[in-house]
Amino acid sequence: MSEQIAVSVNGRRVTVAAGSSVAVAVMIAGASCRTSVSGEPRGPLCGIGICYECRAEVDGVAHRRSCQVACTTGMDIRTDG
Amino acid sequence: MVSARKQFDVLIVGGGPAGIAAAVSAAQSGKRVGIVDDNPALGGQIWRGETAQSDSEAAAWLAKLHAWDVELCAGTRVFDQPVSGVLRAESRQGAHDFEYRKLILATGARERFLPFPGWTLQNVMGAGALQALVKSGLPINSKRVVVAGTGPLLLAVAAYLKNHGANIVGIYEQVSRTALAKFALKVAAQRGKLAQALWLRKELRDIPLITNAWPVAARGNGVVQSVVLCRGGKHEEIACDYLACGFHLVPNTELAVLLGCCLQNGFVQVDDFQQTSQPNVFCAGEPTGIGGVELSLIEGQIAGLAAIGKEGDAQSLFSARRKMRSFAESLDRTFALRPELKGLASMETIVCRCEDVKYGQTTQHRSWRAAKLHTRCGMGPCQGRICGPATQFLLGWTPESVRPPIFPVALENLISETHEEKEHTFVM
Repeated sequence: MSEQIAVSVNGRRVTVAAGSSVAVAVMIAGASCRTSVSGEPRGPLCGIGICYECRAEVDGVAHRRSCQVACTTGMDIRTDG
Repeated sequence: MVSARKQFDVLIVGGGPAGIAAAVSAAQSGKRVGIVDDNPALGGQIWRGETAQSDSEAAAWLAKLHAWDVELCAGTRVFDQPVSGVLRAESRQGAHDFEYRKLILATGARERFLPFPGWTLQNVMGAGALQALVKSGLPINSKRVVVAGTGPLLLAVAAYLKNHGANIVGIYEQVSRTALAKFALKVAAQRGKLAQALWLRKELRDIPLITNAWPVAARGNGVVQSVVLCRGGKHEEIACDYLACGFHLVPNTELAVLLGCCLQNGFVQVDDFQQTSQPNVFCAGEPTGIGGVELSLIEGQIAGLAAIGKEGDAQSLFSARRKMRSFAESLDRTFALRPELKGLASMETIVCRCEDVKYGQTTQHRSWRAAKLHTRCGMGPCQGRICGPATQFLLGWTPESVRPPIFPVALENLISETHEEKEHTFVM
């Protein structure tokens, strides 16, 4: 995982190791993934695609489980916060 | 809408150790064998990130698997059985149907989470979760990590994170030191586990292992900054960047229940050949009892051999399985949750994170179903996979039914003409 690739998180350029998950890019960007129904910022809980706390929009597709999606160069990632 | 149906003699759901072992054993027959798995790559959770080139047991099994003609469908998640003998799954490409003669469920386990004040803060996550994220590229070098909860996973995760540069402040294990020492002796007596135990001991020699201790609160503004731990009856607050906290494992039994397989004490009931109560459906690994990778490999092989009619070969593995199962039973005993943990959630603590249902709202109801109907507890996208095991411990509730789709799916993938409306009841 030494090669670095660039993605965009909420319009901000972030570099991650090639093969990193989208959840990792969001965490490196210092962003939260989703805002809960009562307004809390949330990040990954289970890390294995079960809990749905890490949902984010990836390349225009909403509600993707960001821990299960690998980053690709230039990927456009949008979160609630 | 649904792409062409793929046909398999033996279909395996789950590509962790049990699923891989099952595939390798079944493929020797020359029959059509396939593995379908939600994760982007094979290996399950314990072998996440391993490849056939790694120097490990995982690599050896992956190499064996690649030597056979097994079709791998990664990033594909089963959500329904539209008609008997067919599973429907979703991937980024859409819906897929998998027809099978024999089915092996190797759906693994997930961490059990218990709610406590602050557990919804960012960077409070499962112990296995933090490991999975680090395996997925999260830099952990020089980060302060508190590892807490219960189960052997805590030790393995702490060693892994330390090797990747984390500053492990301490491992806080809720069981007593006596119980842990007894367990360590049992591990040492287990063939194949001694080397692993000694390695862990060496890796963890500089890290405080505190028993009879558990987290009571996480604090921070959006993101965790410190954790309050109960240790010997006293509370202490420790600054951290991550709280890696899980309370052992619970089995993923939803698909088995959907197919009508009977459960026993929450696990999928199987006979000597790993066959479930449903004809042609086998189950191997953690869903039949939390026993770790060695037991999963043996059960997977037995299921794979039984599925191709090689019962004699399967029988030769029974004694190895018996020994590993006794280890699994000692896991259950050792890492049973202490009653004090029921007091961790305050009335204001969120129990259902999908719907933000507070503990105080759930306690007004008498059953899982009543709480669902009145509060939406367990009605969000995780379908109660996180709050279900929590309320089972806190309130003694058991989930009552599993209905398709067993995961959220896109509407276009859900719609089909072959669907039969039905509800499946847990048989405990």
